[in-house]
Amino acid sequence: MAIYNEKVMDHFMNPRNMGEIENADGKGTYGSPVCGDMMQITIKVENDVIVDAKFKTFGCGSAIASSSIATVLMVGKTIDEALAITNKQIVEELGGLPNVKIHCSVLADNAIKAAIYDYAQKSGKTYAGLEGFDPNAEEDHHDVACDEEACGGSCEKIK
Amino acid sequence: MRQVYLDYSATTPVKKEVLDVMLPYFSEKYGNPSSLYTLGQESKDAITKARGQVASLINADPAEVFFTAGGTESDNWALFGAVDALKKKGNHIITTKIEHHAILHSCEFLEKHGCDVTYLDIDCEGRVNVEDLEAAITDKTILISVMFLNNEIGTVQPIKEIGEIAKKHGILFHTDGVQALGNIPIDLKSLNVDLLSMSSHKIYGPKGVGALYVKKGVKISNYIHGGAQEIKRRAGTENLPGIVGFGKAAELAKENFDSHVKHCSDLRNYFVDKVLNNIPNTYLNATMDGRHPGNANITFEFVEGEAMLLSLDMQGISVSTGSACSSASLVPSHVLTALGIPVEKIHGTLRFTFGDFTTKEDVDYTLEALTNIVNKLRQISPVSSEKGW
Ligand SMILES: Cc1ncc(COP(=O)(O)O)c(C=O)c1O
Ligand code: FES
Repeated sequence: MAIYNEKVMDHFMNPRNMGEIENADGKGTYGSPVCGDMMQITIKVENDVIVDAKFKTFGCGSAIASSSIATVLMVGKTIDEALAITNKQIVEELGGLPNVKIHCSVLADNAIKAAIYDYAQKSGKTYAGLEGFDPNAEEDHHDVACDEEACGGSCEKIK
Repeated sequence: MRQVYLDYSATTPVKKEVLDVMLPYFSEKYGNPSSLYTLGQESKDAITKARGQVASLINADPAEVFFTAGGTESDNWALFGAVDALKKKGNHIITTKIEHHAILHSCEFLEKHGCDVTYLDIDCEGRVNVEDLEAAITDKTILISVMFLNNEIGTVQPIKEIGEIAKKHGILFHTDGVQALGNIPIDLKSLNVDLLSMSSHKIYGPKGVGALYVKKGVKISNYIHGGAQEIKRRAGTENLPGIVGFGKAAELAKENFDSHVKHCSDLRNYFVDKVLNNIPNTYLNATMDGRHPGNANITFEFVEGEAMLLSLDMQGISVSTGSACSSASLVPSHVLTALGIPVEKIHGTLRFTFGDFTTKEDVDYTLEALTNIVNKLRQISPVSSEKGW
């Protein structure tokens, strides 16, 4: 069996919203190539609604698919709604990811927040959903999965 | 869709000539080699023949070749067998940071059971320094285990020099010859090697069978205990079809050695040239000097290996990667790490290994697919040569 399902492969091979918005209202990058994966999301906001979102990702197939689906989920949502998107939802929308790849969805979730964080900074707004979010968190993103409920503790291999 | 297999260092297809000689040993000539009646003795003869074929490939005596269940068992046997046999003399092992996990994880286990292990560094070409090795020797050193040829970067280690050092100090020398077998000349009469691991499935033989060469006079303890097979050195009813196949594969490897090496290295050199010239920001890792004839290990900057691997797979092309993202444990390749390659570049590293069934058309097809895939993934990537990492 292939390691990813058809939906993941579709978003990987035909990523939606790939690119970068010029003069974006918010631009966030999360992760770093040294950690193995890095995502950048740019957003356009009108009346507190995300009207466009684009991504660029350095990472594996599920990282690219996760960022693709993340942008699809964001567009048309209010900022508060977008902040409510969880990595679990990203995984569900993709029809599931292998346990060892759950952290790629966590990264996408954080990239969404990083873009909105930047927008909030630029526009001087505050959002409850950003509380406690650190856009410069320096953890190794290959390490985060075990802290996440989504992996159900089954990814003990990730140390 | 075209299928292009470029992972010959992972495993090889069983050659038809090999399969043909194996087949009768499943349901016609199935006798147990330990049985005294004719059916059994025919099986025994078949194993004797295979032992000669394998011995001939490495220029050893047949009596020095013991069949096992593969390279991993041979590596385990060499280490555990030597440590046990020499426990009165010492507890120190010298090995390298780039060994196969069959060696590294065995060493980690031995460390938990009282052994001290020195893991030697490699230089930027991928080789251990023999002076470092000699300097690491203590009066407790009982075993040196340095692989002949590395499976990821294809570099050959200075086995002759290491053998001389080992001999001078009276220390056993084991080498993992799994990737070297059939790919570079191995002449055990001219090397001071005491133990050499081999595996059948890397030389167009079946999986799950291999051998350990134990030089005449070298005493190591048994690892698999039971019946009296393999002159009481390795118990268990023999994998008869497997051993017969391994023997035939070894015979073919010897016969076709020169054409095999030329075929693989011609295609490999052509491929490496084209990739490095046609795709910007790509690097070949480790030296070309004395390298495995079919190995190309290349870093593609700004993209990740698993994404490349998957995209190539969608076009029928099979390769492997050192990227952490593709390993179950999410750690980047220990070999590329030891080579000093920064993590972000290890992530973008692919290994292509060419073999006897690879054609020029396969290579051209791969070059085109690869160029497009790298371009596409670089468009998706937020890092680039302009923006930097
Ligand atoms: C260098 C090296 N040693 C040992 C092994 C293990 O051999 P086997 O697969 O026969 O257990 C391999 C194969 O992956 C190898 O490349
Ligand atoms: S980016 Fe490394 S596993 Fe997904």
